[in-house]
Amino acid sequence: MAETKKIATRESFGMALCELAKEHDDIVVLDADLAAATKTEIFKKAYPDRFFDCGISEANMIGVAAGLATAGKVPFAASFAMFATGRAYEQVRNSVGYPHLNVKIAGSHAGITVGEDGATHQCCEDLALMRTIPGMVVLNPADHYEMIEATKAAYAYNGPVYIRLGRLAIESFNDPDNYTFEIGKGITLEEGTDATVIATGLVVNEALKAVRALKEKGINVRLINMHTIKPIDKDIIIKAAKETGKIITVEEHNIIGGLGEAVAAVTAENCPVPVHRIGVEDTFGHSGPALGLLAEFGLDAAGLEEKISSLLK
Amino acid sequence: MDKSLLSELKKTACKVRLWTIEGVFNAKSGHPGGSLSAADIMTYLYFKEMNVDPANPKDPGRDRFVLSKGHCCPALYAALALRGFFPTDEIKVLRHIGAMLQGHPDMKGTPGVDMSSGSLGQGISAACGMALAAKLSGADYRVFAMLGDGECEEGQVWEAAMFAAHYKLDNLIAIVDFNGLQIDGTVADVAGLDKIDEKFKAFGFEVFQMDGHDFEQIEETIEKAKAVKGKPSVIIAKTVKGKGVSYMENKVGWHGKAPNADEYKTAVDELNTQLKALEA
Repeated sequence: MAETKKIATRESFGMALCELAKEHDDIVVLDADLAAATKTEIFKKAYPDRFFDCGISEANMIGVAAGLATAGKVPFAASFAMFATGRAYEQVRNSVGYPHLNVKIAGSHAGITVGEDGATHQCCEDLALMRTIPGMVVLNPADHYEMIEATKAAYAYNGPVYIRLGRLAIESFNDPDNYTFEIGKGITLEEGTDATVIATGLVVNEALKAVRALKEKGINVRLINMHTIKPIDKDIIIKAAKETGKIITVEEHNIIGGLGEAVAAVTAENCPVPVHRIGVEDTFGHSGPALGLLAEFGLDAAGLEEKISSLLK
Repeated sequence: MDKSLLSELKKTACKVRLWTIEGVFNAKSGHPGGSLSAADIMTYLYFKEMNVDPANPKDPGRDRFVLSKGHCCPALYAALALRGFFPTDEIKVLRHIGAMLQGHPDMKGTPGVDMSSGSLGQGISAACGMALAAKLSGADYRVFAMLGDGECEEGQVWEAAMFAAHYKLDNLIAIVDFNGLQIDGTVADVAGLDKIDEKFKAFGFEVFQMDGHDFEQIEETIEKAKAVKGKPSVIIAKTVKGKGVSYMENKVGWHGKAPNADEYKTAVDELNTQLKALEA
């Protein structure tokens, strides 16, 4: 069963890179002076000859990754989500997305759980930015085991991928002995018929706790872990819409442009049902401890339980 | 340089210019000025210097060319077509709906194009990645990257320059097509890109200068750059924007404008006259 030890998905990512590099000579890792934070330093220590620090130059880093990919390498370029997808957005679009190059972009310290660094570093727009780029796969793993498998899947997929990493150490809820990751396939964590909660990333475990607490109170809510934002799993959304009649999305991201709107587009076009988006409500974050912010923004288990409960009244 | 080779290169460059004009005229848009200033250097690279094979455009061991100043692709397309990568007829529908040849280079759709480019400052970074890949794989190919002088106003160019020097990418040769003009006026007036040679030197490059229209100088300078070890090279090529078409030469207005029918005829007549003189 899942361990109780907390681990940040950035760390899982660094470990997965090392696992992959054992078998694959073509993996190259780039960072922009944040190796200690994105945890690519784990790879750097194990494979120094295949690690290249680009310095604080994210735009160039993305271009270098593109060039490496044209020559058959499989580069993983890491930085904070803010800089990898925000500052270097146009490099990702034009040098990676347009030629559909086999570049993997890892954005760490995503969402408000960066914590004390505050609004300038709390990227709540990365999923929106990346999913607008044609051909880009967008992954947002929810725990250690999922991140390990998602990183392997990103490597195995031939094309551009964005992977969101978190700073905060979190519990793992997936069972490593009984877990499979497939790009574009959501995972039903709890069955239910009263409504469906679709969550992504770091807040999936919070949603899981909330849904389980609601079950004890007789509210029977389905929970789907949507680890892939693009391509979104239409089938699982349509099925949930038909069977439960109401959808609530949960994401540590602006409610504009992220999971909620991706889900709402699927229901609107295929099976219109009410969709309520829980997330960062078109505002900037601010400094504070990560868990305190999660609670303040209503994205911890208690906040989600209360919100979901009120939406189902 | 061998006289017959010199003569062939001059004639080929003339044809590159003719097809550049053909493409831009038929597209009714595009960038003739910077294409014509870069035409001789591209001709030298594709017809003398680079190890490329039109029958195997993705050969992993080939030399690479990244047109970081991607808007000057009419000249690149002309060079590639004349070198045999695709039929010259493609140039007649440049920028048309459904055409293979896009307004800016598309590596997915066009044989011989090594990197999609056009957003300024990005090509040089990709060229660094290609050069780094060669180092990692022990491959001996070279990467040539052509930049505009105005393009060097982009911060990313200098991020890439720092990277290239830091990782000792001596298999990278950057060439700045220094024609002195950009959209809003002269480079000197718009942004004052002063002492570009000293800038690159300070970033750790071996810096060369040449006349970008003199094939013997081009050969001599590229050979010197190829011999540099332990650091990247940059060649500042003094060129004339619009070179070869009298009314376009050194005119800001011909950066991104197609000739009308009369202007087209004048340009073609002039270039054909130059070609005939070379063939005589």
